[in-house]
Amino acid sequence: MDFATFLIQCLNALQYGLLLFLVASGLTLIFGIMGVINLAHGSFYMIGAYMAYALAPTVSAIFGGAFFSTLAVGLMLSVILGYLLEWAFFSYLYEREHLQQVLMTYGLILVFEELRSMLVGDDVHGVPVPEWLNGALALNEVMTYPVYRLFMSGVCLLLAGAMWFVFTRTRLGMMIRAGTSNREMVQSLGIDINLLYRIVFAIGVALAVFAGMIAAPVSSVYPGMGNSVLIICFVVVVIGGIGSIKGALLAALLIGLVDTFGKVLLPQAAGVLVYVLMALILLWRPNGLFKD
Amino acid sequence: MQKRTVLLSAAAFAVIAASTNTWAQALPKLKVGFMLPATGTFASLGTAIDNGFRLYVAEQGGKIAGREVEYVRVDDESDPSKATDNVNKLIKRDNVDVIVGTVHSGVAMAMAKAAKESGTLLIVPNAGAAAVTGPMCAPNIFRSSFSNWQPGYAMGEVAAKKGHKKIVTITWKYAAGDEAVKGFKESFEKNGGTVVKELNLPFPNVEFQALLTEIAATKPDAVFTFFAGGGAVKFVKDYAAAGLKKTIPLYGSGFLTDGTLDAQGADAEGLFTTLHYADNLNNKRDQAFRLAYVKSFKLQPDVYAVQGYDAGQILGIGLNATKGDTKNIQGFAQAVRAAKIDSPRGAFTMSSSHNPVQDIYLRKVVGKENVVDSIASKSLTDPGLGCKM
Amino acid sequence: MRHPTSFVLLFFGLLALWPFMAGSYGADLVAKIMIFALLALSLELLVGSTGLVCFGQAAFFGIGAYAAILMSPTDGSAPALWLSLPCAIALAALYALAVGALSLRTQGVYFIMVTLAFSQMAYYVVHDTPLGGGTDGIYMYVKPTWGWVDLDNPAHMYGLIWLSLLVGFLFLSQLLRSPFGRALSGIRVNEQRMKATGFSVYPYKLAAFTLSGAMAGWAGYLFAVKDGFVNPELLSWHLSGSLLVMIILGGLGHMRGAVLGAFAFALLQELFQAEAVFGSFAKHWHLSLGLTIMACVAFMPHGLVALPAQLRERLSGRNNREAPVEALEEQA
Repeated sequence: MDFATFLIQCLNALQYGLLLFLVASGLTLIFGIMGVINLAHGSFYMIGAYMAYALAPTVSAIFGGAFFSTLAVGLMLSVILGYLLEWAFFSYLYEREHLQQVLMTYGLILVFEELRSMLVGDDVHGVPVPEWLNGALALNEVMTYPVYRLFMSGVCLLLAGAMWFVFTRTRLGMMIRAGTSNREMVQSLGIDINLLYRIVFAIGVALAVFAGMIAAPVSSVYPGMGNSVLIICFVVVVIGGIGSIKGALLAALLIGLVDTFGKVLLPQAAGVLVYVLMALILLWRPNGLFKD
Repeated sequence: MQKRTVLLSAAAFAVIAASTNTWAQALPKLKVGFMLPATGTFASLGTAIDNGFRLYVAEQGGKIAGREVEYVRVDDESDPSKATDNVNKLIKRDNVDVIVGTVHSGVAMAMAKAAKESGTLLIVPNAGAAAVTGPMCAPNIFRSSFSNWQPGYAMGEVAAKKGHKKIVTITWKYAAGDEAVKGFKESFEKNGGTVVKELNLPFPNVEFQALLTEIAATKPDAVFTFFAGGGAVKFVKDYAAAGLKKTIPLYGSGFLTDGTLDAQGADAEGLFTTLHYADNLNNKRDQAFRLAYVKSFKLQPDVYAVQGYDAGQILGIGLNATKGDTKNIQGFAQAVRAAKIDSPRGAFTMSSSHNPVQDIYLRKVVGKENVVDSIASKSLTDPGLGCKM
Repeated sequence: MRHPTSFVLLFFGLLALWPFMAGSYGADLVAKIMIFALLALSLELLVGSTGLVCFGQAAFFGIGAYAAILMSPTDGSAPALWLSLPCAIALAALYALAVGALSLRTQGVYFIMVTLAFSQMAYYVVHDTPLGGGTDGIYMYVKPTWGWVDLDNPAHMYGLIWLSLLVGFLFLSQLLRSPFGRALSGIRVNEQRMKATGFSVYPYKLAAFTLSGAMAGWAGYLFAVKDGFVNPELLSWHLSGSLLVMIILGGLGHMRGAVLGAFAFALLQELFQAEAVFGSFAKHWHLSLGLTIMACVAFMPHGLVALPAQLRERLSGRNNREAPVEALEEQA
């Protein structure tokens, strides 16, 4: 592999890792702060992608300009969806055992997939990349790198920075971190912990939906897309440490590297390598890279 | 409490017994068992096949060889681990006369095994696995679609004729992908070309970036690929986005652009693929078929619908010869082997391993259609390796 | 319930008579359900008795299944049952030992996710590497034999499955009454307390994990031989999820719960897919199944086994005083 190709592969790894991070961060947030293991997280990713596909025509009719308006509308809808889901369903799971959470959310995956099939059908769909992002950067004489993927990576980095800022520098972040350590104390300080949890859940859902929406133009929209992303998200969270955002970022980047270079150097073992990585990290740190 | 548990279990047994007992004795009705995906990625293909078959039966007035047709359906979920159970539901519980299915090759192989053992008629309306008309072949197993090898082989000749010498192939690592590439390699290398690299990734992984970079680094004359469904959409779009479409021509087995053009948009424009069907075949049979299909189902037909329709035709030919007797496998097979099936794709015959001997078209994507450019390979016969019939 | 004898006699007696009552399809169906019942029992040992929620049981099942086929002689002769079955069990147990050694260092949700990830690892090994024959799976053309027992004969196959389930059930019932079993219950109820009394819990947990893996491998072997076909989907996490549904549906903490749960789940699936009942909605059976799973967990957290008691409680308003005592010990 020559140096130019190596650099391009690193770029590929980075982009894949950052997108994974975006989806996994929602999962680790919901788990770390509320202790709820949510198997339906992959379904939110799928909902985001399908929203990008389904909303585009309506939104561009009302607002003109398709892509960013769709993103904004989709984001609003996802926050509302997360809020409602938490209120109607997930809040009952906090007191339940993990096994029950696993099973309820497993049933939820089935429900979401089937609802999707009934509402939008089973066909594969494409979402067009917005025109002004549709260029390509020439890397060498044969290959170009799509600008849209650079845009995606940029957005993921921005969101990572925003998350760090909110959690470490704002009151909301402070309340959330306090709520993780001691729920009762926060309540007795007069903070509405239920509202807090609802907000956090809505944020977690919104992150996954947003990831699905921006990934839709490059990943296409198809049934079962949530399931494949779910398992990898779990690996990200296991490696990074449950509840740790910076752990999720590091883990996602590591997985991006292993997956990308694995595909090229050891194609047969590519699928297994990520799990071997996980096993090795667990040998060294049984609770993941960063214990929260 | 024990008593209650026992009573509950007894009640449960009664339910199972009731639901699995076959009430019917031998009826004059022709029971057709569909084993097709109703859920999952291939659900729309299952629907198209179902529609095509039913259209044929409706055109015959709802009867084949004088026997009224009734349908039983099982959702195979494209899951090979449940395949044996599902096909046994049709064979043992519902006692169907004919099984029609399926889309996924892994499931089809389980069906072929079960059909071979029980002697039930099986018509495969899609799954292109070589094994079905290879080692698993039997006088009662027929295929109305294609074998994975056929489109690949046809494209190999085309690529060689276009003057390409070094080609990289890329596909998923599973039977359909392996067989398509094998077919391509066979004819391409026979005509003087070389496949310099065979890239693959695990099915159904769709992260292609790393391998696209590999292709760019290898700098071949062209690329041959096999992908279908969601993977096909993503690959074509990623290939164009990586700038490779302009510099390295892409050729594919027809499934790359079948049913996916809406999603692929401009990225698929001008792509050459090979398949036994196209969107603008100007023969009368196809035009009549397309009209009837749109009228009945309010959908545009595709290659899957044609395959379902032809499965019906094969059944009709065989049963008319045996006067409706589904147990007369020898008579059925003889009639089908001798027949020329008047299909919307163009007339085809059956090979001795019960796979269609058909023209493979070279198609080009123009707008939202796969338009016929020429005939890539005339009356191409799948070798049927391993078939001992 | 201290003595499951009447349950065992009646239930297994019914199962033994079943092939004579139902047709070949019915016998096939029940044979498959019995295999899943054995698998559910193996998971019950972990989840219900030891309190370890394992989301990767399908891996051990699949390893047993693949071992059955991969160890068939290449010359086409029949594999020897007395050799291939123990080998399959041993391989599954070995993987369980390895996974357990790594995962049992974690707790709670972590443990769940780690077991899931390890089962995915096994899935990818059979799915992607030449070892597993790829996504289309491998066929078994000649079934194992041992003396006069020929597993190609459906009656012999049914008999072996029935025997395996019986042996598994009785073995586990006895095990859970033994000091080992009581230690497991103690770990489930309060691990800290067990450690405080001087028990080193890790070896017990590891032993339970390995044993559970071995049983799952046994079930996998039976599945492979019965179907004559294995496929990577046997190791998918969907199967692990379904198993958890089975044991919680039947009732956690009860051996017969695991068995009943397997039957109930299989029946539910058949019901929801039946066009006779649901018409064209039957193709959306995933929806019915998902909603049922959610409803069961929400409203019947103690499963079917506890249903009569739950109903009695509701109707008569009386508290079931036996509950606390029953909860401590594993029920048969």
